[in-house]
Amino acid sequence: MTIHKLYRHIGVPVDLAHREKLGKALATATDLAKCYGARVTLVAVTGPLPGEAAHSPKEFSAKLEAFAAELAEESGVEVDAQTEVIGDPVADLDKALDSQFHELGVDLVVMASHVPGFREYIFHSNAGFLASHTDLSVFVVRG
Amino acid sequence: MQQSTDSGDELADELVDEYVSDYEVGQDNVQPFGLDFHNPVFAISAVSVIVFVAFTLSFPELAKHWFGDLRPWLTTRFDWFFMATGNFFVLFCIALIVLPVGKVRIGGPDAEPMYSYVSWVSMLFAAGIGIGIMFYAVLEPMNHVLTPPLGLEGLTGDAQRELAMAATVFHWAIHPWAIYGIVGLALAFFAFNKGLPLIVRSAMYPLFGERVWGWPGHVIDVLAVFATLFGLATSLGYGAEQSAGGLAYLFGISEGHMVKLTIIVVITIMALVSVLRGLDGGIKVLSESNMAMAAVLGLFVLLAGPTLDTLGAIVDNTLAYFRYMPALSNWVGREDMYYMHDWTTFYWSWWIAFSPFVGMFIARISSGRTVREFLLVSILAPSFIFIVWMTVFGNAAMDQYFLQGYEGVVDTVRNFQPELSLFLFLAEYPLATLTSGIGILLVLIFFVTSMDSGALVVDTMTAGGKIDAPIAQRVFWCVFLGLIGIALMEGGGLSSLQALALATGFPFGIVILLMSVSLYKGLAAEVKLLEAQAEAEAEAEAGTEQAEGEKV
Repeated sequence: MTIHKLYRHIGVPVDLAHREKLGKALATATDLAKCYGARVTLVAVTGPLPGEAAHSPKEFSAKLEAFAAELAEESGVEVDAQTEVIGDPVADLDKALDSQFHELGVDLVVMASHVPGFREYIFHSNAGFLASHTDLSVFVVRG
Repeated sequence: MQQSTDSGDELADELVDEYVSDYEVGQDNVQPFGLDFHNPVFAISAVSVIVFVAFTLSFPELAKHWFGDLRPWLTTRFDWFFMATGNFFVLFCIALIVLPVGKVRIGGPDAEPMYSYVSWVSMLFAAGIGIGIMFYAVLEPMNHVLTPPLGLEGLTGDAQRELAMAATVFHWAIHPWAIYGIVGLALAFFAFNKGLPLIVRSAMYPLFGERVWGWPGHVIDVLAVFATLFGLATSLGYGAEQSAGGLAYLFGISEGHMVKLTIIVVITIMALVSVLRGLDGGIKVLSESNMAMAAVLGLFVLLAGPTLDTLGAIVDNTLAYFRYMPALSNWVGREDMYYMHDWTTFYWSWWIAFSPFVGMFIARISSGRTVREFLLVSILAPSFIFIVWMTVFGNAAMDQYFLQGYEGVVDTVRNFQPELSLFLFLAEYPLATLTSGIGILLVLIFFVTSMDSGALVVDTMTAGGKIDAPIAQRVFWCVFLGLIGIALMEGGGLSSLQALALATGFPFGIVILLMSVSLYKGLAAEVKLLEAQAEAEAEAEAGTEQAEGEKV
């Protein structure tokens, strides 16, 4: 019985411009959610300006909601969407994600990451940063 | 009933369509090694910058001959162009403030400002212009009091000083900020309201249509990168030379190559830290602390100098500025060619050449303000700060010369050593070592924020308007800027490439004129669109109410 209460709320950081790379992480998150009877929240961070994924934060947020609804339909798990707009979405991504997860009361983060290479010695990967700086449990899924 | 609902909706749809481009941000980008560049803007910019630097280093005499004459040729032959466009930009800004388009909000009707007024105004100084007030606040008023413009050599006493201050403030107050205001507003409007990428070419969309995504747009963006990089790198080189001069004067350190090199390296490293901390953790924090530090220095000079006279002079100088403005901005029949060509048109070409850089940076931090708020604050706040700052330093310096017979500052004007003017000026007051130290720190930090914002802007320009390209690219541009600065300082050629950067002021003057037309078209369409949408909404509401009434 106790195992069912292990995680209640799973957070998944989403890069809307590269949705295709998220399949494995999303499947992991929804499977875990089913297993523990938890719900999932997709969290995405964007800047105020037009980007690759959308022309405005409003459109971005709508796209994320649609993506969440699609995932909920497919998996049968409760999936919400949370968009965070910040001034400099590259530099402050990790901090913004971490604070969003805390605000939402997430108790497990499932995130996709690429296999670390040379660049990660100089510029950390987001998953690496989050895993080593947050006090939350993080499940890093290598694509 | 049905008919009228359609008309409101249709008009709204039509207006939306006119400014909707199928262009996706980043669609022309390539991703080598996980990076993200616009093709071909990145490659052309980087290669042509390297070629020009290599050429200047290999053939310094030839470069000096070619580029060196370009700037005086433009500012002398096309003085009418710079003067006329400068005035036009001021009048155009006033028109935008007064006309109904002033109520359009950047980022849409529900957008909220991302930064408070204090942070916003502080950051206006981050991109380039902050350094100027450190070097010219003492030097320029003294220069104009010794060589008065407008053929008014006969003035004496207060009238002579007011003319000198008006002639100084003229270059730093309303005109430059009107230029930056138009470019910043145009870029912000087409990005935040129309969903076009944040690059200079987007502001030309209403005029060029889909062609802006092709070669006309590439040329504009490459030119913008060029002006920004050369403008900043040469400023950095000169800044290092001047700071070394200041350090040598203050602490008796020799003015050797190692000192200058160390200064550039230290500034670059500080800028790198700022780049990695991002816009909010880097530039914003540094800009705010610099504003506070500058305020302390200004307050010190105000209290140490002739306090009451200076406070009165702020009002007198403001009035004198407006009184002399028509004469100073007129270019017909002028005989004070030294003032008009060596100062006014030089500054105008410099402000215009820097406008893509400053405009891009201002645009990025300005969503949530209305057009009216944006222009009023971004023109009046810095203008007011400049009038106060220039008065505090300029009037005190003139006091030192006229009342106390102190020749220290005047000598730096005669020898044109702007870096020493400030320190010799501060030397006459108590705690000179401390205040000079603050002065040096202010200059250094202004350089750091300029480099950081420059890297941010050039990265966006060369990434097709993407603001979320990997941060490694900003690091690349920051290091690249430092390297160009070092190469030019060591090999000679700072003046040649600075002249080239300034020369871009001419084509950009034309670009900004076109941008003004384009911006007005876009804003007018936006006003119509908002009205049509409001009408459609009102009709829809009336429709539902009627339907409900029928049901009952």
